[in-house]
Amino acid sequence: MTRWAMTADLRRCVGCQTCTAACKHTNATPPEVQWRRVLDMEFGEYPDVKRVFVPVGCQHCEDPPCMTVCPTTATKQRPDGIVTIDYDLCIGCSYCAVACPYQARYKTDKASFAYGAPLQSESKRRDDSRLSVATKCTFCVDRIDAGLAAGLKPGIDPAATPACVNSCIADALAFGDLEDPKSNVSQLLENNQSFRMHEELGTKPGFHYLWDKVDK
Amino acid sequence: MKVKHSGASAFGPNPWQQTSWDWRAAGNFICGGAGTGLLLASALFGAAAPASLRQPDWLVFAGLALVGLGLLCVWLEIGRPLRALHVFLNPQTSWMTREAFVGLVLFPAGLAAMLGVSGWNWITAALAMVFLYCQSRMLPAARGIPAWRSALMSPLFLVTAWCEGLGIFLLFGLFLARTSNAAHWLFLAVLVLRLLIWYRYRRSVDESLAARARRALDLAGQRLLIMGTVMPLVLLAAGWLLGGAWQSLLSALAGACAAYAGANVKHTLVTRASFNQGFALARIPVRGVRTGP
Repeated sequence: MTRWAMTADLRRCVGCQTCTAACKHTNATPPEVQWRRVLDMEFGEYPDVKRVFVPVGCQHCEDPPCMTVCPTTATKQRPDGIVTIDYDLCIGCSYCAVACPYQARYKTDKASFAYGAPLQSESKRRDDSRLSVATKCTFCVDRIDAGLAAGLKPGIDPAATPACVNSCIADALAFGDLEDPKSNVSQLLENNQSFRMHEELGTKPGFHYLWDKVDK
Repeated sequence: MKVKHSGASAFGPNPWQQTSWDWRAAGNFICGGAGTGLLLASALFGAAAPASLRQPDWLVFAGLALVGLGLLCVWLEIGRPLRALHVFLNPQTSWMTREAFVGLVLFPAGLAAMLGVSGWNWITAALAMVFLYCQSRMLPAARGIPAWRSALMSPLFLVTAWCEGLGIFLLFGLFLARTSNAAHWLFLAVLVLRLLIWYRYRRSVDESLAARARRALDLAGQRLLIMGTVMPLVLLAAGWLLGGAWQSLLSALAGACAAYAGANVKHTLVTRASFNQGFALARIPVRGVRTGP
């Protein structure tokens, strides 16, 4: 079995938002829709202040609340753990959006463009099936599937790896198979201490945050 | 290290109010609850109504109309209204689908009850309660909103709907020959029960609430206490003391107050207190030279 997962090394992320831009470029999301976001958090008080950049998005939970509440079965979970949305089934009720503890879902009712009128590239990639329905990060599932079909290894070969991971200038993001003990994410999790967000809710996210090395 | 960001989470930006569901979603819970409550009240106490109200049964009609209005609100909310029938595709796990399925049989059953077919008012009331139960499970299933995650949310919605339904039933009392004392006593009992469950619910979510959600719930709680409980009780007592036409009028007013307060609670829960929990970091990254243990 395969369980695709992502790790974000909070020690490495510099908040450059390149992953956000790469995601928007790859998935042609409209303005104000960011399937991959990087939060800029500040903790403490002067002079003891820490700044942390936190990549967020769909956590591809093992027990996704968005899927169980969905009345249409538009939100599905693949055997490899990736949570997907069937835009042709979704009715845009937004039940999944209020069920998601990670604010990962978006619904846009009208087509919008970066500079008002659509640019040539925006016209070319316009997809009205994504209007008035829920959308979110897909872990670039098309790239993964095409890569696997071509004999590539997601997380290692860029053509089979999510765009945000490919673009990360600090090597903070990693993608791979949790079930494979030799995969990059398994190795990272073994050698580092990590946590998952809102773990108390029992959603079992497939997105792990690394925060310190393991004491050996 | 002190945490700069406040809120329910240990770390992270402050929670913000969800904007996915607005008054239209609240309308489903308000009208659906009131309608199903009225269908139950109609089965329990409708026999006292004069024949002019019972052939066809306008109480049942009003209950169904309210439920239908609630469903219309949902239809207005969804992004792709022409695909509304897809709502029936996930009865395995979705309470929204289950509610829709029950609604599908509730209306024909209600029509039979409305036309006076013997026994169907009880079947309609039972289906209305199943519909209401499905509805009451919808918000707790949404794990993104701390104010909705309480196990007491479902009982609160159930008893609030009974209050609203009985309240509207008493409002109809203006047109009935009389409303039975049993209806008054049951109304009184569910009013008190609603307040008790409200306080228990409020305590159960207190720690996880954002400050603005807490303020919104406190305001709704105040209204529930004064307008939704104390005023109806005083009006009912005054009606009993004065008797005659005054009793119908004051009972109707009591019913209206209780229904309004219940609707206000639901509106607040869906649109005002529905803050998410923001983002939270369980740990802050350790960079450079490590200090401490």
